[in-house]
Amino acid sequence: MKRFYAFVKKEFYHILRDYRTMIILFGMPIAQIMLFGFAITNEIKDAHIAILDPSKDYTTSRLNEKLLSSGYFILDKYLNKPEEIEPVFQEGRVKVVLIYDEDFSQNMLKYNQASIQIIADATDPNTANTLINYVTSIFQDFVLSQDPLPKSVVRIIPEIRFRYNQNLKGVFLFVPGLITIILMLVTAMMTSISITKEKEMGTMEILLASPMKPIQIIIAKVIPYIFLSFSISIIVLILGYFVFEVPVIGSLTLLLLEFLLFIIVALALGILISTISETQQVALMLSLLGLMLPTIILSGFIFPLENMPKILQWISYIIPARWFIVILKNIMLKGSGIELIWKETLILAGFAIFFIVVSLQKFKIRLS
Amino acid sequence: MIEEIITARDLTKKFGDFTAVNRISFEVKRGEIFGFLGANGAGKTTAIKMFCGLLYPTSGQGSVAGLDIFTEREKIKKRIGYMSQKFSLYEDLTVAENITFYAGIYGLQKKDIIEKRDELTDKLGLGDFENKLISSLPLGWRQKLAFSVAIIHSPDIVFLDEPTGGVDPITRRQFWDLINEAAHSGVTIFVTTHYMDEAEYCDRISMMVNGRIEALGKPSQLKTDYNVESMNDVFLKLARG
Amino acid sequence: MRVLLYMLQKEFKQIFRNKAMLPIIFIAPMVQLLILSNAMTYEIHNLKIYFNDFDYSTLSQRLKNKFSHSDYFITIGESTSREKAEEVLEKNNTDIICEIPHDFEKSIQRDGIAKIFLKVNSIDGMKAGVAINYSQNIIQEFTKEIIKETTMAANPEILIDMPKQANIPFSNWYNERLDYQTYMVPGLLVLLVTIIGGFLSSMNVVREKELGTIEQINVTPIKKHHFIIGKLLPFWILGLFIFTIGLIFAKVVFHVPIIGSLFLLYSFTAVFLFAILGAGLFISTMTDTQQQAMFLSWFFLVVFILMSGLFTAIENMPTWAQKLTLLNPLRYFMEVIRMVMLKGSGLKDVKMHFFIISGFAVSINAFAVWRYRKIT
Repeated sequence: MKRFYAFVKKEFYHILRDYRTMIILFGMPIAQIMLFGFAITNEIKDAHIAILDPSKDYTTSRLNEKLLSSGYFILDKYLNKPEEIEPVFQEGRVKVVLIYDEDFSQNMLKYNQASIQIIADATDPNTANTLINYVTSIFQDFVLSQDPLPKSVVRIIPEIRFRYNQNLKGVFLFVPGLITIILMLVTAMMTSISITKEKEMGTMEILLASPMKPIQIIIAKVIPYIFLSFSISIIVLILGYFVFEVPVIGSLTLLLLEFLLFIIVALALGILISTISETQQVALMLSLLGLMLPTIILSGFIFPLENMPKILQWISYIIPARWFIVILKNIMLKGSGIELIWKETLILAGFAIFFIVVSLQKFKIRLS
Repeated sequence: MIEEIITARDLTKKFGDFTAVNRISFEVKRGEIFGFLGANGAGKTTAIKMFCGLLYPTSGQGSVAGLDIFTEREKIKKRIGYMSQKFSLYEDLTVAENITFYAGIYGLQKKDIIEKRDELTDKLGLGDFENKLISSLPLGWRQKLAFSVAIIHSPDIVFLDEPTGGVDPITRRQFWDLINEAAHSGVTIFVTTHYMDEAEYCDRISMMVNGRIEALGKPSQLKTDYNVESMNDVFLKLARG
Repeated sequence: MRVLLYMLQKEFKQIFRNKAMLPIIFIAPMVQLLILSNAMTYEIHNLKIYFNDFDYSTLSQRLKNKFSHSDYFITIGESTSREKAEEVLEKNNTDIICEIPHDFEKSIQRDGIAKIFLKVNSIDGMKAGVAINYSQNIIQEFTKEIIKETTMAANPEILIDMPKQANIPFSNWYNERLDYQTYMVPGLLVLLVTIIGGFLSSMNVVREKELGTIEQINVTPIKKHHFIIGKLLPFWILGLFIFTIGLIFAKVVFHVPIIGSLFLLYSFTAVFLFAILGAGLFISTMTDTQQQAMFLSWFFLVVFILMSGLFTAIENMPTWAQKLTLLNPLRYFMEVIRMVMLKGSGLKDVKMHFFIISGFAVSINAFAVWRYRKIT
């Protein structure tokens, strides 16, 4: 037991003395959360717009004014001919081009109808969609305000309430996702690399020749990373709470216990990877491609799962992170207790047991 | 022709507070087999790295082949060979590929490379292994090959850092045959080792204890001075202080 | 010069002999591309909506039908119990609750105005925003229909749709099908090239450091720049190769158009790779172990990607963040690849980008080479 303890201590020293890695391990999540909280947003503003206005009359200039004072658009330039449209898109800044009729005001008076054409750069479909919506609704509003015939105007006003995330903050979803990634990254990836490194450097044999049992070696190697990932996740939680008001509505204890469960799953995965990697490079790439990427993409925290092709949805069922995110979201943002998440917890526990058994088997095989 | 092919005067290397090499001074004559002895951690590897241009000395003076180790490092590298403790050859390349690579790096012409390659593989009996990966060679073969590659460009001096570690006595003996052969053809050998019996094979030796040179001279002389039978005993006497 | 050739020979042999890494370098990027581009979509269909209809009138029925017939929504259920609705929302079985008040139809017919209550599950802010957008669209269309009917009923001789209406047809250029993949795939190519160029190259150099083989190189008269070029050039070539395969995939599998000049595209990629390799080299001069190199690279990679415009348009970021992205090489590549591939932009449109990336490449490489020492 004393041997074991000494070994664990050595592993801790190894890791803690690696200042560079420490700084990144702690600094990276903090930087990410800051970035995501402050810089990343899907709200659209300052979209560059170009206007082709052959009429240049009172109505068009009022329309333009309305557009430009909305806060969504910045005027890039006025165009003089239709031939200038393509080049202005190719220049890259302009996202929307507006083309007025000739004799716009006159047409409005005479025929009660006039044309505006909107051309959107749809390379980014979402932005295009939203911008078109903006222009359209600004115009509809304007037109409606010009001619208030009470009888023939109907307005249905939607009153909108938000549940769980009053300010539609993207960061609410991001913090659980970030915690998931950290736990997966630090525990699985670093564990696998650390064990593989001993293999690559040849020191593993020395360890195995010592009186310590293989299982003890593994556990000793792995304990520091449990501590590390746990602490980093808690820091992220605290940051999220104090800086971005991401709440932890449900039980903190339950949350932390679930952390531990997921950590165990990640650990087992890390050990599994180390049994099939000869070099650190391989362990790294396997962790990245086999764990990290699926965790980010197929767990549902950035890209909603419902919209993916069926086959990807099936695959996401075997990704532990997917279930963990559900647990996190429910406890943190909805305050759910174990009654609502017992299913996912059970699944995670099942994963844990399965991976532990498999990796231990593989490890034993490697030894013989 | 320079007589003192390696010189050191008060050469020192400090790592923070720790002094690894403490004001060592000595000369190595051209053509000598000079043994740089000492226990593990005495500072031998640090010293050798300073001569090879791998480590910045903290203070003092030194020269290799008449070139200053502070200011003329790159010139020195053209005239020396080196074989390190940890490694010399790439495990994932074949015998032939390693030879080709290092010969090419040292600037040998293509036909010289081919010539040398054949010469080496014949001499070391590696004919069958020419296209096998280094990882498939036993340690002894690797070390002999590493030494041969280290002198492939006919350097003036070759620095060997614990070249016979982990190898059986017979292979060690064979290795020293190679060293002697090289010395006969004019190459100066600077070899570090913690095997005290290998000191007997050297022309002169120095003994490092805790970063200092505590003894310098011919093995026979030292044994007389310290009134002992073997170099090992000399070492024990010195180490005990 | 010949020395460089020997370096290259060795490097290539080592790369291709690395049986484990080979499939990772060549196959994995493609698999990633396939999976990622299928998964990464912000298009949202099948939003779940639950109704609390307290009116149960013709109009309210029409409104409900409009929602369920749209592509975007699926009606999950309805009831006249607010508690039930809450429960459904709580259990995540619906994304939005729509409550229609009991005097809906009457208010519209009498006063021309009515309210609707929408409760949105906004844990996923983005999804919520989109859900609201779509709901408003549907409500607007519904409103238009009603106006049309009431106007025509009151004034049968007016054949026009709406008084003082502005016709606002719109068209989408460059991605008519509004295909999100078309937008994402070029971005993913940038990602791939960066990983190969930045990640793998830095780890490769550090590996020699870690194993100790670098000593044997440092002790030879090999010039610094020969060694560095020898180490990086293979990955430059590899990067271009992977880019090519990625492009082929993009065209053949995803039907992403390649409108602009391929030559321009490749030139830029070549310079960009040069810059990224420099960054990788720089990282290798600051680290001693592969683990450190990996983490440092990972750190920069993540930050650069988040701020590159891959997921979020740069114009949407706060001003200070936008200024920061000026330092991010990925941002330039992201813009160029989309502009050239999808819009056919030409050299004059991207010459600023070229200029900046070249400056970047030259300075970071110079700095890294300067930092690299054959001596410690």
